[in-house]
Amino acid sequence: MNILDILLQQSPALIVATPLLGAFLTPLIGKLGYNVRNIFIIIILAVTAFLVFLLASDVFSGNIHTYVFGGTTSTVLSNTVIRILFEVDGLSIFMAIITVILSLAAVIYSWAFMREETGQDKYYTLLLLMTTGMFGMVLTGDLFNFFVFLEITSIASCALIAFWTHKAKAVEAAFNYMVISTIGALFVLLSIAFLYGKYDALNIAKLASRITPVSFSFIDKLSLILLLAALTMKAGIAPMHMWLPDAYGRAPASISIILVGATQASLYGVFRICFTLYGNVIQIPEVSLGWIMVILGLITMLIGVFMAMIQIDFKKLIAYGALAELGYMFLGVGTGLTILSNPQLSLASNSFALQAMKGGIFHIINDALDVGLLFLVAGAVYYATKESSLNNLGGIARNMKYTTVFFLIGLLAVSGIPPMNGFASKLLIYESVYQLNPILAIIAILASIMLLAIMVKVFYSAFLGPKIDRFQDIREAPKSMLIAMGILASLIIFFGLFPDLIVNTLVEPAVKAITHPTSYILWLTGGV
Amino acid sequence: MIANIPFLAVMAMIIIGLATVVFKRNLIKMVIGVSIIESGVNLFLITLGYREHSVAPIYTASPGGIMSYPVPQALTLTSIVIGVAVLALMLSLVIYIYRHYKTLDIRKLGGGEE
Amino acid sequence: MFEQLLKTFDTGNGYWNPLVWGFAFLIIFLIIYILRGRGNPSYKRGTEQTKVFLSGNPEYENKELLHVKASNLYWGWVESTKWVINTLKKMHTGRANDYILWFTFMIAIFMLLLGVI
Repeated sequence: MNILDILLQQSPALIVATPLLGAFLTPLIGKLGYNVRNIFIIIILAVTAFLVFLLASDVFSGNIHTYVFGGTTSTVLSNTVIRILFEVDGLSIFMAIITVILSLAAVIYSWAFMREETGQDKYYTLLLLMTTGMFGMVLTGDLFNFFVFLEITSIASCALIAFWTHKAKAVEAAFNYMVISTIGALFVLLSIAFLYGKYDALNIAKLASRITPVSFSFIDKLSLILLLAALTMKAGIAPMHMWLPDAYGRAPASISIILVGATQASLYGVFRICFTLYGNVIQIPEVSLGWIMVILGLITMLIGVFMAMIQIDFKKLIAYGALAELGYMFLGVGTGLTILSNPQLSLASNSFALQAMKGGIFHIINDALDVGLLFLVAGAVYYATKESSLNNLGGIARNMKYTTVFFLIGLLAVSGIPPMNGFASKLLIYESVYQLNPILAIIAILASIMLLAIMVKVFYSAFLGPKIDRFQDIREAPKSMLIAMGILASLIIFFGLFPDLIVNTLVEPAVKAITHPTSYILWLTGGV
Repeated sequence: MIANIPFLAVMAMIIIGLATVVFKRNLIKMVIGVSIIESGVNLFLITLGYREHSVAPIYTASPGGIMSYPVPQALTLTSIVIGVAVLALMLSLVIYIYRHYKTLDIRKLGGGEE
Repeated sequence: MFEQLLKTFDTGNGYWNPLVWGFAFLIIFLIIYILRGRGNPSYKRGTEQTKVFLSGNPEYENKELLHVKASNLYWGWVESTKWVINTLKKMHTGRANDYILWFTFMIAIFMLLLGVI
C-alpha cells in the first residue's frame, strides 16, 4: 500500500484534523516571528487543499467515501454500533473545495491586510478553527456531529466578526449574530433530539433509511420544520437575513470572505436535510418544500437588490448583493425539488429539474468566488484609503489599477455578464426555471439587471470620476492582497471560459449525490 | 401523565426563553433567555434517555436492573460544554457593547439602517 | 483533454460556448474600431461643439464637485420605489429581538404550510 492510498483512506479525518492541529499550534509558532507563522498557516491550508483534492479525485470517480471514528462492530451492551461516521459524497466534497479555496485566499490576503493589527495569533487561530468547523459540517455523516461543527463555526466566526472591537457596530453585529446562531443551533439540536427519540439513530444515512412514508408522522414534520427554519436562518435566507449584511459588512474583509463559505455550509445543511434525510418521503405532498424554497429565494433576491440600491457603505452593499445571489441558489434547487417531489410529472420534466439543480449548485461556487472577490476588493480599497463610505470615495482607479481590473471582473461575474462564470450558472437557472413558471425567470433576470446597475454605481462612484485631493497619493494594494484577488479572478475567468468542463467534473457528481439519496442511504446496509 | 411532566417543563422553558429573547430589551436578560432555551433542550435530551427505575449506565459497576440510555447523556454533556463557551463569548460581547454605548438597552444601540 | 475544453455547454434548452462568443466579440470589436477610426467629418476642434454641457450652467472650476456622489446616483429610481425601500428599511432594525421574532414567525408560517397546526 503506497502512501497516497493511506492518505486517501484517512483523508476525511485528516482534512478536519490538519487545520485543527494548526489552530492550536499557531500561538506557539507565532512566537517565532511574523513571516514564519504566516508561512506555517499557508502550508497547513495547502496540505488541507492537497488532501481535499485527493479525496475529490476519488469521490468524483463515483465512490462514496466513509471514515469511521469508533467501533466497527456492535458493543456488548446492545446491537447498536457506537461510532461517528464521516460520509463524503459529491456534494460534500464540492462544498469542501469551496471552503478550501476561500480560506486559502483569505489567509494569503490577511498577510498584508492584518499586518498592522494586534492579536494576530488569536486571529489566525480562530480563522483555522472556523475552517475546521466548516469542513466538519460538510464532511460529517452524523447529525449531532453536524450540530457540534455548526457551533464551532459560529463561535469562531462570531469572535472574528468582533475582531475590530474598537468599532461599536462590529461588536453589535457580532452579538446579533451570536444570538441568532445560538438559537438556531439550539433548535437544530432540539429537532435532532426529536429524531433520535423516535428513530434511535443519529447517523444521517440510518435516519434516512428509517424515515419512510409509513413511519412519517407529526414528529418528523416538526423536526423538519425546526431544522429548515434554523438552517435557513443561518444561511441568511429572507426574511431571516437581517444579521447577514451587518455581519458581512462590519467584519474585516478577509473574514467576510470566509463567512460566505460559512453561510454556504448552512445552505449545504438545508439541501442535505431536504434531499437526503427526508429523501424517502420526498413525494409526500406535505413535505414538498419546493415551492416554499422557490418563493423564499425570490423574496431573498428582491430584498437583496432593493436594499443594495440605497447602501452607501461599500462592504454592506456587497453584502446585500451576496444576499441576492443566495436567492438564485435557492431558486434553482427549489425548482429542482418541486419537480422531483411531484410523481405525476413526466421524465421529460425530470431533465429540466436536473438542469435547474445543476444551475443552483453551480451558482454556489460561482457566488463564493464572485462575492469573495468583491469583498477582497472592498477590503483593498479600505486598506488604501481608510474610507468605507462610497460618498467620500472617487477617482481611485488612477492609483489602484490592478484593484480596478479585479473589481471589473467581479462586477461582470456577479451580475451574470458573459463570459464570466456567473453567466453560465444564471443561464442554466433562467432556462430551467422558465419551464416551471415564466414569471420566476422574469423576476430572476430583473434582479440580475438591478445587480448590474448597483455594481456599476459602485464602479462609477468609487473608481471613476475626477481626481480627489485626499486620494492624491494612495498606493496600490500590497502584493499579497493582489495575489489573493488574482487567484479568485483567474478562477472566475477559467470557470467562465470552460463551463462545460466544470459542470461535468464538479457539479454533476454533486447533483447526482443529492438527487439519488438511495446510494447515500444504502451504503450502511450494504457495507460494514 | 406524571411521566409527561418533564416534557411539559421542556416546552415551557423553550417558550419562556424565546419570549425573554424577543421581548426583553436588556442585553443581559437576552443572554439569560438564550441560556434558558439551552437548559430546556438539555433537559429534553436527558429526559429522552431516562427509563423508569433505571441506574446509571456504568457497565462494569452496575448493581443490575435497567440502565438509562448513555447516548443522550453524552450528547447533553457536549451541549453543556458548547453552551458554556457560547455564554462566555456572549457576555464578553455585552461588556464591549457596554463600553461603547454606556447602556445595555438594545433600543439605544446604533444598529440598523441609517 | 483539449477537446473537452472546447466543448459547447448544453444548458438543456440552449447552448453556450464562451469561446465562440469571445471570437464573435473580437470580430465585432474590430469592425467598430475600424468604423470609429474613419472619424466624424462634422467634428471641429475648439468650437462650441466640444464644450461640456451642463443644462446651460457654467462648468465648475473645481473638478471634484463634478463627481456625482453615490447617494445621489439612481435618485429617480429610489424616489419612485420609496414605498418599498422605506418598508424594507423599517424591517432592518439592527436588534436581535426582532430577528428572533422573525424566526419564530417563519416557524409558524412553515407549520401552517406543512400542516402541523
